[in-house]
Amino acid sequence: MNSFDYVRPASIPEAIAAASVPGAAYLAAGTNLVDLMKGGIARPTRLVDVARIPGLSAIEPLPDGGMRIGAFVRNADLAYDPAFAGAYPAVAEALLSGASAQLRNAATAGGNLLQRTRCAYFYDTASACNKRTRGTGCDARGGENRLHAILGWSEDCIATNPSDFCVPLAAFDAVVEIEGVGGRREIPLTELHRLPGDTPERDTVLEAGDLIVGIRLPDASAFARHARYLKVRERTSYAFAVVSAAAGLELRDGRIAAARIALGGVALKPWRAREAEALLAGVEPDADAFRRAADAALEGARPSGDNAFKIELARRIIVRALTLAAAGTPERLPALPASPFGA
Amino acid sequence: MNSPISITVNGTRHTIDLTDPRITLLDLLRERLDLTGSKKGCDRGQCGACTILVDGRRTNSCLALAISHDGADILTIEGVAHGDTLDPVQAAFIAHDGLQCGYCTPGQIMSAIGLIREGHAGTDPERVREGMSGNLCRCGAYAGITAAVIDAQRTLDQAGPGRAGQEHAA
Repeated sequence: MNSFDYVRPASIPEAIAAASVPGAAYLAAGTNLVDLMKGGIARPTRLVDVARIPGLSAIEPLPDGGMRIGAFVRNADLAYDPAFAGAYPAVAEALLSGASAQLRNAATAGGNLLQRTRCAYFYDTASACNKRTRGTGCDARGGENRLHAILGWSEDCIATNPSDFCVPLAAFDAVVEIEGVGGRREIPLTELHRLPGDTPERDTVLEAGDLIVGIRLPDASAFARHARYLKVRERTSYAFAVVSAAAGLELRDGRIAAARIALGGVALKPWRAREAEALLAGVEPDADAFRRAADAALEGARPSGDNAFKIELARRIIVRALTLAAAGTPERLPALPASPFGA
Repeated sequence: MNSPISITVNGTRHTIDLTDPRITLLDLLRERLDLTGSKKGCDRGQCGACTILVDGRRTNSCLALAISHDGADILTIEGVAHGDTLDPVQAAFIAHDGLQCGYCTPGQIMSAIGLIREGHAGTDPERVREGMSGNLCRCGAYAGITAAVIDAQRTLDQAGPGRAGQEHAA
């Protein structure tokens, strides 16, 4: 690990000033950043520790029926908050399907949004990686790439975004609150992460000094009784998604009034499937309709290597997630959250 | 750089001059306080051998920078027993052969204490296994570990709610 300066500002303006210099990085729990620093992948010259800035650790109801998540709320605290889990069960299920209990106790909501890809070539500093060092090439192309992207990838980068939390956030129209040098602004979560194009070194649209201070979810009570997250992994627990899906259905008189679908593990950003949602509006929730929606969601997919299987897998995960959502949100979270083997 | 931090470990308060901001809580415990019970397995947050309780919550000490934990209250495996009396979780690991080589065991026990305090798994084996998935055991003692956690949960339920490790992590 390279050495660095450590500062712990007391307020958001002080933090932004401290982090606006080249080489600076924000530190919250550090569950991803410290790991990246140990591997020499991240080499910040200054860590700006923001985890103790007051006022950013609350889970609050909003007047419009939505909720606001402070950026430093720990993943476990959010998932087990009864009001939050009741209002957004698919988000709670996604959080509890990610990482381990130890990591969820530490990792923050804002940090989850900014975790970096787990592409093995990105982590291996002896490999070529355009995301780690621009212009060096991509050893994932032609390498071990069965878990890589099938949507939105480029010749320069075929990595995926590893977050589970972001998938239902994308499905349920989360908004990210950002404080930066130019003041406060908000962007939809679906516009936070960038597709790789020819600049894969930039994960997000954030600028130097930008600090995520909160995440807002609008009222999703219409979906709360039919919302699930489903995640296929290479082992049942403590593994990143091969493919995952968040699904929410608003059912009225035996028909789908509205649907929400997003995919994880398929692209460098959480993948909202609006075409699929549109196909489901007004129809009966049956297997044929779910399959048509899944076909629409994967229409633009193409393999980036030995991963053509992920396209059909993603279709089936969408069908299964919609089927589970239609059956109803379970009273209690399954013993194995988001698992196809769960009860 | 020199930055003094104050931390409480197993009930004893320490003021420590950090000579380097890169020092993790795990390295601080092992190399500055000679508390070598917490193990460095992977050092990357993947194996759980370094699990400790920080302010009552189980966490990977290998990914926690010491400098950002000024004021923390820490419980390690060295602070779990009450004199010569083992914590119920420790006793259950022995009774159920929840170990073989023992290297992962301090992390397993700290994780089990954290799991029982969290209170989400109860005595459901599936929930215990899921709740303990952040702790790897290369000897494969998982069946004994799961039985030990369930047994310890039952013992603590009989003794009163939420007692695991409580005495030493006020």
